[in-house]
Amino acid sequence: MSTLLEVEDLDVHFGRPDAPGTVKAVDGVSFKVEKGRTLGLVGESGCGKSTTGYAILQLVRATSGRVLFDGTDLRQLGRRDLRRMRRKLQIIFQDAHASLNPRMPIGDLVGEALDIHGLFRGAARARRIRELLDMVGLSGSFFERYPHELSGGQAQRVAICRALAVEPELIICDEPVSALDVSIQAQIVNLLQDLQESLGLTYIFISHDLSVVRHISDQVAVMYLGKIVEMAGKTEIYGAPAHPYTKSLMSAVPVPDPDVETHRQRIILKGDLPNPADPPSGCRFRTRCPVAVPECAAVDPPQYPLGDGHWAKCIRLTGVNPHV
Amino acid sequence: MSLLRVRNLHTRFATDRGDVRAVNGVSFDLEEGEILGLVGESGSGKSVTALSIMRLVPEPPGRISADSLAFDGRELLALSEAEMREERGSSMAMIFQDPMRSLNPVLTIGRQMTEVLRRHQKLDGAAAKRRAIELLETVGIPSAEKRLGAYPHQFSGGMRQRVMIAIALSCNPRLLIADEATTALDVTIQAQIVDLVKRLTRERGTSVIWISHDLGVVAGLCDKVNVMYAGNVVESGPIRELFHRPSHGYTLGLMGSTPRVDGTGVRRLTPIEGMPPSLIEPIPLCPFLPRCRVSIPACQTVSPERRDFGSDHWARCLADLKPGDRAP
Repeated sequence: MSTLLEVEDLDVHFGRPDAPGTVKAVDGVSFKVEKGRTLGLVGESGCGKSTTGYAILQLVRATSGRVLFDGTDLRQLGRRDLRRMRRKLQIIFQDAHASLNPRMPIGDLVGEALDIHGLFRGAARARRIRELLDMVGLSGSFFERYPHELSGGQAQRVAICRALAVEPELIICDEPVSALDVSIQAQIVNLLQDLQESLGLTYIFISHDLSVVRHISDQVAVMYLGKIVEMAGKTEIYGAPAHPYTKSLMSAVPVPDPDVETHRQRIILKGDLPNPADPPSGCRFRTRCPVAVPECAAVDPPQYPLGDGHWAKCIRLTGVNPHV
Repeated sequence: MSLLRVRNLHTRFATDRGDVRAVNGVSFDLEEGEILGLVGESGSGKSVTALSIMRLVPEPPGRISADSLAFDGRELLALSEAEMREERGSSMAMIFQDPMRSLNPVLTIGRQMTEVLRRHQKLDGAAAKRRAIELLETVGIPSAEKRLGAYPHQFSGGMRQRVMIAIALSCNPRLLIADEATTALDVTIQAQIVDLVKRLTRERGTSVIWISHDLGVVAGLCDKVNVMYAGNVVESGPIRELFHRPSHGYTLGLMGSTPRVDGTGVRRLTPIEGMPPSLIEPIPLCPFLPRCRVSIPACQTVSPERRDFGSDHWARCLADLKPGDRAP
């Protein structure tokens, strides 16, 4: 298996460098995504998961770090080269309607993507658009329709269709099913899985919904206030979460089974997310952490390997740091 | 006697294209201290049912009718607007998904809380302030006295929802309706709010109608559930019976399309294909029929009546579903 995307020490800081009040939205994030697999990026509002996605696509400017796509550092590319490269990296958003021009019929919306990259012309173009619509489960009758005639699920299908039009290798899915009803959500999740299988796509699936992420991902990274605090394969991280934040996050997700719910031990976190412009010293989670000790304020916890590519950043991990 | 009795509730909205039958013959009872979940997709009539009970549906274009809509034995539809206003905020209260839209952005939290207390409880300024501090402490807002002078924008989403709950509880209501109250919140904050609602109902005996599209929250919080589709209750039952023996094709569909964080689910979700029907035309047969995966030939000719399965569990479905059935 080969690595398609490698993110190294990515920082996205907003505000003047080192001035007080600088928001370190993404702070030292590193990970790899294998070709044809799905990385789930989870965390609560404001943890930097979407900003990480945008920084990969160069939609926001990273402060430092490297974004290696197939070995090429996207941050070093000029405008023309970047545009050419963008064909291989696409994104879909939570609010699909907002990403579709209301004045353009669906056929043109999909065709626009082809035109920009000069992919199909003339009769082949129309044929290709129908083929693409068919791939996302929309009949040719959608060709002439406008975005306002679409339901939420259909609009998301059109957004996926536009992303597919340029034959990408990586799609960043930013909360693509969060606004949909569960029955429609399941349709889109299945569609994304089918397309991955038939086209060999690689996904970064950004979501706050841990149930959906478990369902669709191979690898999972958990973010808190700009940092990845734990990363592992799906089975490891859901089966044996190590970081106290991951543990509390998982325990907070309700399960649709009354018997399971009655017997569950829930770790209820105190308080809210701290102000990102003034994060706690040391471990950023320590102000809400149920197992924090005074040392947590002093050390920015390093990455502790837990085997099989599983790691977590916490000095309180069992067995890792017996003297704390 | 039930605290709330709803019989054959209909709520329609007049539009240019005809009446939209948003609620279409809903009946249920809510007992003292009970938590009832209302689940279903967008447009299934959950919110309009709640708004009709509170009589917050604008009339016109709305029109509410019912054989009975009785709160503590009083028929709500017979009350004047002034009488209804006395009930709202004192004996029944409601909270919404977006607290920012219920709070006045230019008034302090303290002002908005004491307003309710002075209006309904006839407290004087000092007493109202004392009570407001007490309430904020009850819902877990730290340094409550200081926070009274803060404006809504200075609170986080979770804190604002706590303030809404504090205002809703300020007159000791007997019924609290929560409409997607935790939908916009992060899961760790949602867990805090659900925990709070559980504790408050246990301590005060408040009855709750909890509207949500999230089966997980409902499974952990509610005593019984009404599953709604196309403006009506299609299945109802105590929480365990309903989750262990879903007896309507739609309930089964909802469960099959919900992924589970504990991973006991399946490799592939079973979505409900198609879309809900238009509520303008009357629907003679089962409204879920066009999307149903477990329909039987009789569904094409007969409209399903309520079938009882014992212990208050019933469904409007002709198919014989067995415990443990999954959507095919």
